[in-house]
Amino acid sequence: MSGHVHRDDLGSRLGMWLFLVTEMVLFGGLFIGYSYMRYRYPAEFHHGGMELNATLGVINTLVLLTSSLTVVLSIVAVQRAEKQRAMALLSTTLGLGLTFLVIKGFEWSAKFHHGLYPNSAHLATLPPGEQVFFGLYFTMTGLHGVHVIAGLSVLSVMLWWVATDRIRQDRYIHLENSGLYWHLVDVIWIFLLPLFYLAA
Amino acid sequence: MSGTHATTPEPSYLVDTGTRTGVMAWLTTTDHKRIGLLYLYSMMTFFFVGVGIGLVMRLVQLTTFQKLVTAQTYNAMFTVHGVIMIFLFVVPGLPAIFGNFFLPILIGAKDVSFPRLNLASWYFFIAGAILAVLSLFTGGGAPDTGWTFYAPFSLKTGTNVSLAVFAAFVLGFSSMLTGINFITTIHRMRAPGMHWFRMPLMCWALYSTAWIQLLATPIVAITLLLVILERFFGIGIFDPAKGGDPLLYQHLFWIYSHPAVYIMILPAMGAISEILPTFAKRPIFGYKAIAFSSMSIAGVGSLVWAHHMFTSGMSGMALMIFSLLTMVVAVPSAIKVFNWVSTLYKGSIDFQPPLLFALTFIFLFCIGGLTGVMQGALAINVHIHDTYFIVGHFHYVMFGGTGMALFAALLYWFPKMFGKMYSKKAIYASWFPMFIGFNMLYFGMMILGMMGMPRRYYVHLPQFHTMHVIATVGSWFLVLGLVIFFATLIYATFKGEKAEDNPWGGVTLEWTIPSPPPLENFDVIPTITRGPYHFEQEEHP
Repeated sequence: MSGHVHRDDLGSRLGMWLFLVTEMVLFGGLFIGYSYMRYRYPAEFHHGGMELNATLGVINTLVLLTSSLTVVLSIVAVQRAEKQRAMALLSTTLGLGLTFLVIKGFEWSAKFHHGLYPNSAHLATLPPGEQVFFGLYFTMTGLHGVHVIAGLSVLSVMLWWVATDRIRQDRYIHLENSGLYWHLVDVIWIFLLPLFYLAA
Repeated sequence: MSGTHATTPEPSYLVDTGTRTGVMAWLTTTDHKRIGLLYLYSMMTFFFVGVGIGLVMRLVQLTTFQKLVTAQTYNAMFTVHGVIMIFLFVVPGLPAIFGNFFLPILIGAKDVSFPRLNLASWYFFIAGAILAVLSLFTGGGAPDTGWTFYAPFSLKTGTNVSLAVFAAFVLGFSSMLTGINFITTIHRMRAPGMHWFRMPLMCWALYSTAWIQLLATPIVAITLLLVILERFFGIGIFDPAKGGDPLLYQHLFWIYSHPAVYIMILPAMGAISEILPTFAKRPIFGYKAIAFSSMSIAGVGSLVWAHHMFTSGMSGMALMIFSLLTMVVAVPSAIKVFNWVSTLYKGSIDFQPPLLFALTFIFLFCIGGLTGVMQGALAINVHIHDTYFIVGHFHYVMFGGTGMALFAALLYWFPKMFGKMYSKKAIYASWFPMFIGFNMLYFGMMILGMMGMPRRYYVHLPQFHTMHVIATVGSWFLVLGLVIFFATLIYATFKGEKAEDNPWGGVTLEWTIPSPPPLENFDVIPTITRGPYHFEQEEHP
């Protein structure tokens, strides 16, 4: 309830970047675990990777990359005061994000169908390295999925704010920061793709 | 408006000026000073809960009291004592209380960069605390793993580890968001002319702390998340039966939890660096050396984690590297100690309660620090690993170090925060039992450890009994001192004499504004033209 109004876009952006650092370190812990386990079980990780559908993985990568592009374009549109276009582009991002989740859902359910999920009877018959592979696969893509959902929620709010002119030509730092977050989600996926889908 | 003063003074931050009043005004405040006090009150509550549990644990070691507590409850008690003291008191302690209250004032700002995020951090803190308390009474009962939650026991035990671990995860959020806030504040909110090397050393300490909070906390977050996933879904990353590796848990856990030790001690060192110049009435000796040693402790301290695992089964090469790095991190800490002592040399010392506690900090921290170097040596470590020596050592660092520095900082800034002065005599009276009891208790523990008493044991062999009795009696003195100390301060908040704006003759910015400070700290943002510890007497030595 301080009376003064404080606005510092550069500070907000710095804060966002620092937050992204924490996100990178969060996944970094999992990447450490992955590197160590892969070093320990190279052959099993190869077999595990063969079970995954690389085509779907690559399609999902393209979907996410495109969604990142449309976020950037929506920021440009806001800067040019083209509200309708900004909203259309943001909606495209939301649609592509949902597409990603749907494809991901099909992949996961296929794995469940084959009995490849943590603690399953089938998985217990596989060699230990493959059990760890699928443990990491579900943990890392699952945590990434949670981040996709978080990103989509934030971007939905941004869409609402663009519609109600809280985000406009002279004040778009929130959209910019949300875009940064969405790019991070994107970048993490770019690392997950080769580590799991292209591991075979 | 027609006051007798030429200018009507701004109301203090303790007076409700917004639309909300009373408790609601506090719970929705975005004022960094009020948030600092919210942290102060909540943390002191948890501190006393932790002290109470510690006291009962000491009573259990007097075997006559063993009927009070079963062995399983004892396991839960040392776990909960550790979780409360570490996650709810020592880690957030100085940054959240004094960092929030004084960082903006020390750099000449009206608030932190993200005031609403700051309040959100406090709510994360409280949410984590509530979850931690819930974990004691729900599920399979209070966790019994020790605060380290080591796999595979933490994966298998029937007690409510999942909720306790989730509580620590939520508390981590509070810590990270505070770190982000402080880094941004220091980068963006410094008053005109407040160059990096004109900042008071507390700011440097908070800055390096914030970086550790940022870079280390996410690792423990993901580690604890993996424990939860392991317990619910059996993903197998730490489970040897499924190809996982419990040692990976230890590595990930200590990658955070060792740097966390520096999250605890760096702000304490910062507070000491503020207190000593004020009472020696001369500039701090080696300003840049202290500033850089904070940053190098943050850096090197992130590379020593595996010294907690010397007996866990690592390669000989890894052991030697981590042993060496552990010894190296003692260097910047020693630089600070020498600079503090040099600051006192030939100063015109004004002996006041904050200085007494600051000197107590230096003395106890030296014991804690040097015994730490001992444990860095591989040959010694194998013998004293997981004994009472370790328990004694880290209480010297965490309680004798951070705790005493927190008390010193509280005494130093109390008149500024509340605008009241406490009874100095009562504080001196509290110091004697505290100091004597502290050393009886924790030095006693170190001797017990050298004799071979393992930590976390419910019972002990007859040859250890005498030292256990001494340590337990010490704990009574210590608690007596703490009770007098806090009773004095609580009394002072209600009935204390009005404090002057600058009772200690300090020269940093907080002493230029009224006690207690007005809502926006400064009427006019000051312009800084010189370094932080500029005492008049020193101009022509």
